[in-house]
Amino acid sequence: MATIRKLVLDVLKPHQPNALDFAATLAELGADYRVRLTVTEMDEKTESTILVITGQDIGFEAIDEAIKQMGASLHSIDEVEVYGTLPVSE
Amino acid sequence: MSWKNSRHLLLHIYRARGIARRYFITNGFDGALTMLGLLAGFYSRGTVPLPVAMSGCLGAAIALFMSGITSAYLSESAERKKELQELEQAVLTDLEDSDYGQASRYVPVMVALVNGLSPLLLSLVIISPLWLAQQSFPLNFPPILTAIIIALAVTFLLGIFLGRVGRTFWLWSGLRSLAVALLTLIIILFFNSGPK
Repeated sequence: MATIRKLVLDVLKPHQPNALDFAATLAELGADYRVRLTVTEMDEKTESTILVITGQDIGFEAIDEAIKQMGASLHSIDEVEVYGTLPVSE
Repeated sequence: MSWKNSRHLLLHIYRARGIARRYFITNGFDGALTMLGLLAGFYSRGTVPLPVAMSGCLGAAIALFMSGITSAYLSESAERKKELQELEQAVLTDLEDSDYGQASRYVPVMVALVNGLSPLLLSLVIISPLWLAQQSFPLNFPPILTAIIIALAVTFLLGIFLGRVGRTFWLWSGLRSLAVALLTLIIILFFNSGPK
């Protein structure tokens, strides 16, 4: 079964939780998740962000649910890296 | 809901503590001054039976509780609903099941409880000498006078609390609240000083 190794998401979030809390909450969803959050635009109530999530086996459903739980909305999936089988280690 | 997921909801509720504190002070002050007014009225008449004074004060305390709970819940839930709708329009998604949606349901309940319970509990503390006297508990002063002294002490303590919140000198803040209570007392006694 294919495993997701990398996701680049375009997410619109409210100011609270802040970028640090937001990224940390997503990172806590997996033991080896690395989350990079970049705020690209900010207005009175929201922040447009680009989330780069990497991990050995990313659970997209859990990520999507956590994003919604924190009051944000997933605008688009901008980039994915998916492996059909485990890659041979270099 | 897991602890991790509910953490942000708790943060929303934690952020509402300023509103709850404001409601606690304003309605607590209402409760203390209402009791002071009733007690001063009874005291100036002199011959009011204790059960009548007790019933009057308890009735007013319950009315303040009900008024506090309903008014705060209605106003706070309307405000939260408006905020949620504005945020929903901004993020272009339904937030009913999010932390924001849940906070918009829980925070009004918390604030309403604080707004209702603060005048009720402070009123019960103030009228406790009337109840103690009814239970034949010996008091150094007449029960209504004791209750008036407690009402003054409660307003003084509320003033101190206000001073601590505003980071001003606690004694000055306490004395200012006490002065308001004393002024209320003087006005009531002045208008009730006519023939009995």
